[in-house]
Amino acid sequence: MTISGVALLAICTLLGSFLGDLLGSALGVKANVGGVGIAMLLLIAARLWLTRRGLMTAGVKFGVEFWGALYIPIVVAMAAQQNVLVAARSGPLVLIAGISAVLICFATVALISRIGKKGETMDEIEAKARAQASPPGEPVV
Amino acid sequence: MEILKHALSANALVTAFAIVGLVMWLSNAISKRLLFGRVHGSAIAIVIGLAAAFAAGLWTGGDKGVVDIPVLAGIGLMGGAMLRDFAIVATAFEVDVIQARKAGAIGACALALGTILPFIVGSLVAVAFGYTDAVSITTIGAGAVTYIVGPVTGAALGASSAVMALSIATGVFKAVLVMIGTPIVAKAIGLDNPRSAMVFGGLMGTVSGVSGGLAATDRRLVPYGALTATFHTGLGCLVAPSILYLIVRGIVGG
Repeated sequence: MTISGVALLAICTLLGSFLGDLLGSALGVKANVGGVGIAMLLLIAARLWLTRRGLMTAGVKFGVEFWGALYIPIVVAMAAQQNVLVAARSGPLVLIAGISAVLICFATVALISRIGKKGETMDEIEAKARAQASPPGEPVV
Repeated sequence: MEILKHALSANALVTAFAIVGLVMWLSNAISKRLLFGRVHGSAIAIVIGLAAAFAAGLWTGGDKGVVDIPVLAGIGLMGGAMLRDFAIVATAFEVDVIQARKAGAIGACALALGTILPFIVGSLVAVAFGYTDAVSITTIGAGAVTYIVGPVTGAALGASSAVMALSIATGVFKAVLVMIGTPIVAKAIGLDNPRSAMVFGGLMGTVSGVSGGLAATDRRLVPYGALTATFHTGLGCLVAPSILYLIVRGIVGG
């Protein structure tokens, strides 16, 4: 059933959000600490568990993957409601602080990516997966 | 016209699906026909979204982009935190557990750096612009981490509202820059594998910036970046008003 996939996703999201709030208040922070991340880990665990038990039906998969595929349109909607005007208009302090913070972080990403052995790229991973089994099928966005 | 308006705003979320769908279709067409695939369709769609938010801000004088236009209120629900988190969690279904585990330690490392580096930069800029009190410096530094860490820190420390506004603006500006800049620098910083996506998520923080930027670069990288980025705001809210504030106060005194 498709709804069981949607419900599984909803339960993981709610549980993650709850645990994130709990963790936040335990640490004395007025924020959700890693709620989405906890929910993602729960969903990964649920997927592994369901697959092992042979309960991963096409319906369950579809119910979750549908929302994953809607992700980019949702991000576009999110971009359309940012307060871009204030960000663009506010003074040089904001410009300088924003630009330098982003540049330093980009540079650090580049640095860390070069340290250690180079990871396999997404294309290589998918090519390997395709060689092993039937193609997973690219989600249509 | 009135009837049309009513139909659109009575079905706000459905209207949002239709409009965002049209924008996506248009962006993919632009990407394919005008730019020959050089710029990703999602990147164009996100830029259109940001431009629309800018125009709507000019027109309505509001602070929520196109959502301040009544017939487009559904965009607020569609792109709000609830559905955004729901969809981000759904992307975890595609996470390759082996890949994610490989990058776990380096992801945590990136998370720590991603909080401290922007904080130092933001604080230094605040000092350069003449702020001398620890509360203002910390609040502006926290804003450079993410636009949620900024106001949470400012509220906890009792910063002035002007400083809070600067702090939020810095965070929002950073998120917008990450959204637009990521696809441009992706190749140069080696952003083509799960490991670097997790490092990227931890370092850049801002879930909206990371998810938007990665979506515009390569959709398959989104879950890896989001996995680390989601801990970023919590970590920032934890250390900025406490440890980092004490350090700043220790340096500037008072």
